[in-house]
Order: sequence, then C-alpha cells, then structure tokens
Amino acid sequence: MAKVDDYISRTDGTCGKEKDVIVTFKYERRNEAVKKIRERAALKKSLAGIIFELEFKNHSFRLYSSGKVIFRGLESKDELNSILSALLL
Amino acid sequence: MFDPHKIREHFPILKRKVNDYPLIYLDNAATSQKPIQVINAIKDFYEKHNANVHRAVHTLSQEASELYEDAHDEVARFISARGIEETVFVRGTTEAINLVAYAWGLHNLEKDDEVVVSLMEHHSNIVPWELISRIRGFKIRFAEVNRNGALNYESFEDLISKRTKIVCLSHVSNVTGIINDVKRVAKLAHEYGALMLVDGAQSVPHMPVNVKDLDMDFLAFSGHKMLGPTGIGVLYGKSEILDKMEPFQGGGEMIKEVSFSGKTGRCSIAWNSLPWKFEAGTPDVSGAVGLREAVRYLRQLGMENVKKHEERLTSYAVPRMQECSEKVEIYGPTDFSSKCGIIPFGVEGLSSHDVALFLDNFGIMVRSGFHCAQPLHELLKLNSSARASFYVYNTQEEIDKFVEVLEEIGQF
Repeated sequence: MAKVDDYISRTDGTCGKEKDVIVTFKYERRNEAVKKIRERAALKKSLAGIIFELEFKNHSFRLYSSGKVIFRGLESKDELNSILSALLL
Repeated sequence: MFDPHKIREHFPILKRKVNDYPLIYLDNAATSQKPIQVINAIKDFYEKHNANVHRAVHTLSQEASELYEDAHDEVARFISARGIEETVFVRGTTEAINLVAYAWGLHNLEKDDEVVVSLMEHHSNIVPWELISRIRGFKIRFAEVNRNGALNYESFEDLISKRTKIVCLSHVSNVTGIINDVKRVAKLAHEYGALMLVDGAQSVPHMPVNVKDLDMDFLAFSGHKMLGPTGIGVLYGKSEILDKMEPFQGGGEMIKEVSFSGKTGRCSIAWNSLPWKFEAGTPDVSGAVGLREAVRYLRQLGMENVKKHEERLTSYAVPRMQECSEKVEIYGPTDFSSKCGIIPFGVEGLSSHDVALFLDNFGIMVRSGFHCAQPLHELLKLNSSARASFYVYNTQEEIDKFVEVLEEIGQF
C-alpha cells in the first residue's frame, strides 16, 4: 500500500516569522506528486508553469513544478500528513 | 586585471546546471564556492602529507606540522596580525566567539559588569553572551539600529560606560551588508577600558582588514566564507590578552606539561604557548591547508580588487532590482560606499521562501529567512527576507538573469 513517505524526500520548517513548512518530493516521484496535487487541488493562480497557488480543504498553499510545496499556517505535523495523504494517496 | 570570467574557470561547481539552467550562485554570505586550487591542496595533503601535527618526529608529521604552522602564518599576514601567536584556529566564527565568551567572559565578567552588543548581530554574537550572562549574572546592553538598518553610533556612545567590559559588533551586517565603523566603536570602547570583539565573518572575505589599524582586540571569521573549506575558522586576539586568558578546552596539544604529584594527588599543568594553548586535540589540519590556499588565492586577487568588484556588482544590481518590478523592495541602506555585496529584498505578496524557490527553478541560489539575525528582522518589521550576496566569481550577466527572473516573479 502506498504511503505519503514514498513521495517525500524532506520536510523542513522554514526560518522566519511565517513558520511555513516546505515539503520536497523525491526526485523520481516529483512529477507524479505534482500531477496528483494539481488534479486534486483548486487552482487560484499560477505563473509560467512554475508556481501554482492552490486551495484544498480550506488550506491555501504554493506548489512548485520543481517538486516542492510551501504550506502555511499548519497547526501540527498530523495536519500536514492528513493533507498530504489526501493529496497524494 | 580582475576578471570574474577568468576567475570562474577556477571553480568547478560553477560549470554545473541546476534544473537545466547554469548555476548562478548568489548565496555567498552563507558560504562561498571553492576554487580548484583549494580542492587540490586538500587532496594533495591527504595524498602526500597526512599525519598528526606536533606529535611525532617522523617525516610526515614534520611536513604536516610545517603546513599547519604555515597556514597560521599566512592568515596572520592576511589580517596584519603580529604573528601566528595571535591566530587561533577554530571551527568557524561561532566557535571563535564562544571561545572568547567562555575562556575570557566566564573568568572576567562579574555581576555589575556590562557587555554591549548591537541589535544587528548574527545570533552567534548574541547567544554566547546570553549563555555566559546566565552563569555570571552580568547585563547585556543592546545598541540600537536605525530604521534603515544602519548602526546607531549615538546609542553606542550612550551605552558604553565604565561598567562595560567588552563591546561586540559585526564588521559587516550579514543581512544588510552595511559596513560598520568598528574603528570608531573600538576607540570608544578602549576609552572606557573595555575590549572590542569584531565579528568579521562578512568582512574578512570581502575587503582588506587590518587588525592593527582597526585596533580590535578580537576578530572572528570563517574559512568557508572566504573560498576555504568548512570546519576551519580563525580567532584573532591580541597576544597580550590571549596570554592572560584561561584555555577554552582541555586536552592534548594545548598543554606543555601535565605532571602528577603524589603529595597533592593532583596534576599540575603548564599551558602550551600561543596559539596552541587554545587548540586542544588534533586540529583540522586539512582544513588549515585548504584555508592557507584560499588566503593565497585572495591575496593574489587583491582584497581592494575584491571589494571594488563587489561594489560594482551591487551598484549595478540595486537599481535594476528596484526598476524591474514595483513589487520588489530592497531593504536596508542602498548607499554603496558603505556596503558590501549583500542585498536583502522582498517581493510583495510572496514570502522570502517563495521567492527563493522560484529563483531556484532557474538555477539561481539565494538565501531566505532570518539569516540567523532575528532581532534585526524584528526591528525592521520583516517576517523574513530574501538575500542575494555576491563574490569574486559573480558577473553582471548573472545579475541580468537574476533580475530577469525577479521581474517575472513580480507578475505573480
């Protein structure tokens, strides 16, 4: 059975007041992850096929075609896992 | 003639691509790339001379010791210190400042004493003093920074008094790139009998620094920010001060003699001479060899030339960044005469990390976040900032590409 960790290379809390979380997908699965997320989340705006501002279950986040996502304002690691599960699995 | 295009040929990493774009490395305030001369020097050391230093009489140990000592000498001459007795090798700027805090501060600061630091300091010039303050109970006074990010010298004048025992100030801000007049502050500190510690992490790699002329008592800097390897850095200290200080760490190398007395049941210890008294254990010999080569490389370029090159790049980049999009804002002073090649900036509606990730997509590396200077960001009312920082191998063409991508981000 597929797991969220199968897609994820790293999860980093950002440095700064914003306390965002950056999720980096594994290189070999990044295109698949980006495709799935774009299919499941609603597009609010995008630029040059590189950055996509998306919304999913009342969470707004930015997806990068290079295979990274910045989530804002998440309460916990569980909340992050829950969103990623819904987006990827 | 200083030609960044020729200099680039010495840096193998600059030939690689990131996300199918040629690498544009603009995160030099965090760490610099390494020329082939430095890489080869380290390789050569391990292939031909590797041994522990100051331990043995055999040929390899003699060669390694000579290289290690010569590295101290090269660094001493680079900053115009009196000799190797004034250049202690450490892991980096952070360890250098911690050495002063623990080896000097712990033994010399009392409850009614004060340490003056500025609010623009890197965390490495704040946290060690906070830690020692919790043990010794002295007060830390924070000198103010003006709203444009420049140092408020009047604040220093107000704060420094007979109670002040040491003043700690960065030579160049790692966030704004502003060059502080450390000579002026050192003069003030010395008038009150206080010592002057300068964080030179962002100045020594980028401009001529003469410790005698600036009359600093301590100067801390890192090898990896000046073309050298990671894991090696320098604490300069006036020998008469280092001589009186207690050691930082105990072990081999830092002692001349350890003798057990049956009468007292204890060991009597005689410290080694400077700088070895502060270099306990087996040092980073290959790192020192790499740093020696980096310093030689920079000396050949000429530090005045390095400074002028970065000034040219900064004065070229700033107006272009300001003009490329109304959404791009440059933080801090933009007076190029008092600034190194560091440009903090933001793009309206995007976090600094968004900006850095967008640039990364085009192979352009910039830093985002607090840059280990949260108090300064709070003072400037910034959640975080993106930071482009230049070095000897950066070119105007790279800045053109950087600005082109920045313009595109502005359309988001």
